[in-house]
Amino acid sequence: MQFEVIFEPATLKLFGQGILVSLKLLFISVTIGAVLSIPMAIMRVSRNKWLSTPVWLYTYVMRGTPMLIQVYLIYYGVAQLEFVQSNWDTVPLLIPFKDALFCCVLAFTLNTCAYTTEMLAGAIRDTNHGEIEAARAMGMSRRQLMWRIVLPSALRRTLPAYSNEVIMMLHGTSLASTVPALMDITGAARSVYSDFYLPFEAFITAGAIYLVLTFTLVWCFKLAERRWLAYLQPRKA
Amino acid sequence: MEEYIVNILKGSVLTMEVALGSLAVAVVLGLLGATAKLAQSKPLNWLAGIYSTVIRGIPDLVLMLLIFYGGQILLNKGLELVGYEEYIEINPFLAGVLTIGFIYGAYMTETFRGAIMAIPKGQMEAGYAFGMSKSRVFFHITVPQMIRLALPSFTNNWLVLIKATALVSILGLPDMTMLAKQAASAARDVTPLAPMLFFLFTGAIYLAITTVSLIVLKQLDKRYSMGVRRGEF
Repeated sequence: MQFEVIFEPATLKLFGQGILVSLKLLFISVTIGAVLSIPMAIMRVSRNKWLSTPVWLYTYVMRGTPMLIQVYLIYYGVAQLEFVQSNWDTVPLLIPFKDALFCCVLAFTLNTCAYTTEMLAGAIRDTNHGEIEAARAMGMSRRQLMWRIVLPSALRRTLPAYSNEVIMMLHGTSLASTVPALMDITGAARSVYSDFYLPFEAFITAGAIYLVLTFTLVWCFKLAERRWLAYLQPRKA
Repeated sequence: MEEYIVNILKGSVLTMEVALGSLAVAVVLGLLGATAKLAQSKPLNWLAGIYSTVIRGIPDLVLMLLIFYGGQILLNKGLELVGYEEYIEINPFLAGVLTIGFIYGAYMTETFRGAIMAIPKGQMEAGYAFGMSKSRVFFHITVPQMIRLALPSFTNNWLVLIKATALVSILGLPDMTMLAKQAASAARDVTPLAPMLFFLFTGAIYLAITTVSLIVLKQLDKRYSMGVRRGEF
């Protein structure tokens, strides 16, 4: 084992920048995905078929295909198209596709949004009927009922499942390394591997970084659950 | 164009082979892991605990690269020590199956552990009282009841596993994803939309596979839940 290669300044810098890229990818896609998932989940549980069916189809397709294919489809299928490349300086809608990071964020966001939508929709459906009846008895409108009663409780109850989703997305960001222009943690490890031919050192370092990030996320979500789900915790003896 | 499509379709056979092969490995490892986690031996508990925690904390892709490239070197260094001089190249199919199986074994460990814990202890105790051996109780009493309890989470793991097989394309195995990528760059001259078409087509095949899996597993769930009363409201 030659771990001293990992601790050379150049390699450390590579991994440091990789961590920043991975976290940036994770943070942007998870945030946008979560925000978008709220209206989508409401549409998903709607009794109106015209609202719920498109969302169902979207989540079904996104959850039924590998994220690698989704990344390839956006990066190689759209951003690498010749007419996209020749027009992305002039057509405003195409400008972001110049950036490989944007392509990955787009794929990751669409993916995580689908999973989050299904989780949140499940939590909304599981809302205790008594709560809804009580809100109606208070004379709340449908909108008030949703914003004041159903969503605050459904968002909290999604938290445990959502923490899994965020961790899956952290691991999913490793797919960014399949896009040539991006250097996330896995990309850094792959470049160290090919420069020094040291697979153990390179990938064990990357694995250790991911483990630390995973445990940090788990810990953060534990704190969040203690804050927002305290009322559902098992009673302490 | 047609030959590329046919090629990708042929690649789906390899995808299924990798998926089913890894599933077999994962189920075996999952059963071993679950029994180790529930065994009354501290070292076994620890070992299984480390396995399921560490593997689930690291991305599949990193583990795959580590096991594939690292395993290659480890194997040859090991053989060198024994005095075997020739360089051996690991078969990428085997490496892919073992790696994915090893990873999803960790997820299956948790699935099976939860299911075993949900079976009333009296069931197993009754088996022992009849003088059944440990393995007999496990295979004749625990496993049949466990299937129903493990199926929902097993279904999830299987769906994630199929999609994870797309990663073997990065190791150089000619599965659907790799063939689609090759076709995409080869046919770009024919039509600029080729990459998009091929990836959409490949995505559609994955979708078909997951859809069929869902239907089959739902039937299995019905079969194994026979006579079980669900909570009725």
